[in-house]
Amino acid sequence: MDKNWAIDAEDITIAYHDKPVIWDVDMQVPKGVMMAIIGPNGAGKSTLIKGLLGLIPLTAGDVKVFGESYKKVRKKVGYVPQRTAVDWDFPTTVLDVVLMGTYGRLGWVKRPRKEEIILAHEAIEKVGMSEFANRQISQLSGGQQQRVFLARALTQNAEIYLMDEPFQGVDATTERAIISILKELKNSGKTVIAVHHDLQTVPDYFDWVTLLNVRRIAGGPVKEVFTKENLRKAYGGRISFLEDKSE
Amino acid sequence: MFDGIFSDYTLRIVSLGAALLGITSGALGSFAVLRKQSLLGDSISHAALPGIVLAFMITGSKNSFILLIGAAIAGWIATTFILSIIRNTRITSDGAQGTILSVFFGLGLLLLTYVQSKPNAAQAGLDKYLFGQAAALLPEDIKSSAILGGLSIIIMIIIWKELKLLTFDPDFGQSLGFSSKLIDYLITALIVIAIVTGLQTVGVILMSSMLIAPAAAARQWTNKLGSMVILSSIFGAIAGIFGAVISCIIPNLPTGPSIVLSLTAIVILSLLFAPDRGVISSMIKRYNNRFDFSLQKLLLTLWNLEKKHGGEKRAHDSLTISFTQPGIKNVNTALLALEQKGWVKKDPKGNWLLSEEGRIKAINIEKGETL
Repeated sequence: MDKNWAIDAEDITIAYHDKPVIWDVDMQVPKGVMMAIIGPNGAGKSTLIKGLLGLIPLTAGDVKVFGESYKKVRKKVGYVPQRTAVDWDFPTTVLDVVLMGTYGRLGWVKRPRKEEIILAHEAIEKVGMSEFANRQISQLSGGQQQRVFLARALTQNAEIYLMDEPFQGVDATTERAIISILKELKNSGKTVIAVHHDLQTVPDYFDWVTLLNVRRIAGGPVKEVFTKENLRKAYGGRISFLEDKSE
Repeated sequence: MFDGIFSDYTLRIVSLGAALLGITSGALGSFAVLRKQSLLGDSISHAALPGIVLAFMITGSKNSFILLIGAAIAGWIATTFILSIIRNTRITSDGAQGTILSVFFGLGLLLLTYVQSKPNAAQAGLDKYLFGQAAALLPEDIKSSAILGGLSIIIMIIIWKELKLLTFDPDFGQSLGFSSKLIDYLITALIVIAIVTGLQTVGVILMSSMLIAPAAAARQWTNKLGSMVILSSIFGAIAGIFGAVISCIIPNLPTGPSIVLSLTAIVILSLLFAPDRGVISSMIKRYNNRFDFSLQKLLLTLWNLEKKHGGEKRAHDSLTISFTQPGIKNVNTALLALEQKGWVKKDPKGNWLLSEEGRIKAINIEKGETL
C-alpha cells in the first residue's frame, strides 16, 4: 500500500439490500489536494463518503487511509455530515455541538476540559460564530448550522476532511467563508474531500475531482478530467444546460 | 390532612416507590424521546407480560422478584427482535415495534387467560401486572427498585457524553470510533430495567407513558439536555407520588391509570403554558406579529395618502382610513396604538395625520425596515 495516497480505495462495492449503490469504485486521492466528488442525484456520493468512513459496511473492496486501515488512523480523519442528517431541535448549544469534535480524542467516559473548550471557542471564532456560542441550535439558520458543523470538524484537528455537501442550502456569504477556510486547510497541507453539487464552481474551488455515477466515471486533476465528455458520461442527457460553463 | 396520609406506613412505602420509579423512568425516558424511540418503551413493557406469566407457570411462585426477572428476559428478547428486524429487513422501526408489541402482548394475554382458567387459586393477583397495584408494594420491592434505578442513573451519568453524541449525531459519533450499536443496547437495557421496576406499580399497559410523558413535558420548558433530564425526573416523581397516593386512598382504583392521568395533567400544562414552545406563548407571539404588521401597513397607508395629496399634510377621519385598510378589524385601536408611539396625531376636529416622527418611520418602512 502506498503511503503517499491520503485515501486509497480499491474496488469498493456498496449495496443496500440487493441494490448496488456504489459499484466497483477505485479512487486514489493524493495528499494535500482539495477534491470534489460530483455526480447526479442517486450517484452514491454520500454513500461513498460513508463507506470510506466505515459507517456503512462495504460489500466488497478495501479502503486505506494513509496506507492504514481507517480504524487505525481515525484521529486523522475529520467528518462533516450532511446538515440535514441531524435533528436541529435537539436541546443543546452551539458550543456543545462544536465540543463534540473533541470527543474522539477524549475517548470513552472522559469529559471535555478547559483545553477542549478553548479549542472549541477558537473553531467557533474561525467560522465567525463567536456571538452565537451559547445559542440554542434550533435558532440557527441553514448557513449557521453548516458553520457549526465545520467548526466541529475543525476541532478534530485532522489531516483529511471528508465533507458531505458542505455548501448545501447556505447563503453566499457562508459559502465564501467556508471555501476560504477549506483553502486555508489545503494550504496547510491537509486533504479536503467534499461532495459538491454546483458544477460551475468546481474549477474555482477544487484542484482535484472524482466524477461518480454508481461507477467511477473519471478522477484526477480538475484541468484534465473536468471535461464536457466526462460530465456527459456522468450526468447523461441532463448536462446540456451546463455545457458552455464546463470548460 | 397530608400529615395523616404520610404517617401511614403503606402510603409512605407506596409514595417512595412511585417517586423512585418516576425519577428513573423520567431520566431514561428523556433519551427514548430524543432518540425518537417513544414506541420502544411501549413494546418492551407489553412484551413483559408473557415473561411474567411464564415465570409463574415455570416456578409456581408469585414472588415479585422472580416474576420481574421473567419480565426483563421477555422484554430483552422483544428488544433484540425489534433491533434486528430494523437492522436486517426493510420493515421500518414503527412497523417492527408495532408487530413485536402485539405478538408478545397477545401471547401474554393468552397465557394469562389460560392460567386463570385453572381451578387452583395460586394464580390470583397476576392480573395486577396489567394495570399495576402500588398498594401491594413491599419494602423489599422498594429496596430493589432503588438499587436498580440508582445503578441505571449512575450508568447514564458515566456515559453521558457518549449518549448525547450518539443521540444527536450517530454517524458522526461512529466516525469518531464510538459504537452506536453498543450505546443502542446499553440505553435499551437501562430502559428495560426502568420498565421492569415499574411494572408492579404502573402495569404493563401504561408503563411506557412513565418514560415518554415526563420527558415530553420537560422538553417544553428547557433547551438544555441536562435540565431536561432533571426536570423530567421531577415530573415523573411528582406524578408518581400523586397517582400512587390517590389510588391508595380510593379503594379499587388501579395505580397505573391514576399516575398516567396525573402525568397527563403535567403534559397538558406544559404544552399550553411553557414559554417559547408553549401553545399560548406562540399564539401571543403570532398575534403580536400580526398586530405589528398591521401597524406598519397603516403607517404606510397614511404616508401614501399624504403623497397622493402632493405632500400636503392633510388629516383624515378614521372611517376614510378604515376603507383603505380592509385587513384591520379595528382601525381605531391601531390608530391609538400608533398615537401612543407618537407616530400619528389627532387634529382639533378629531381627524388623524402623521407626526414628523411617524413620517420618518414610514419612509424607513418603505425602504424595508421593520418596526
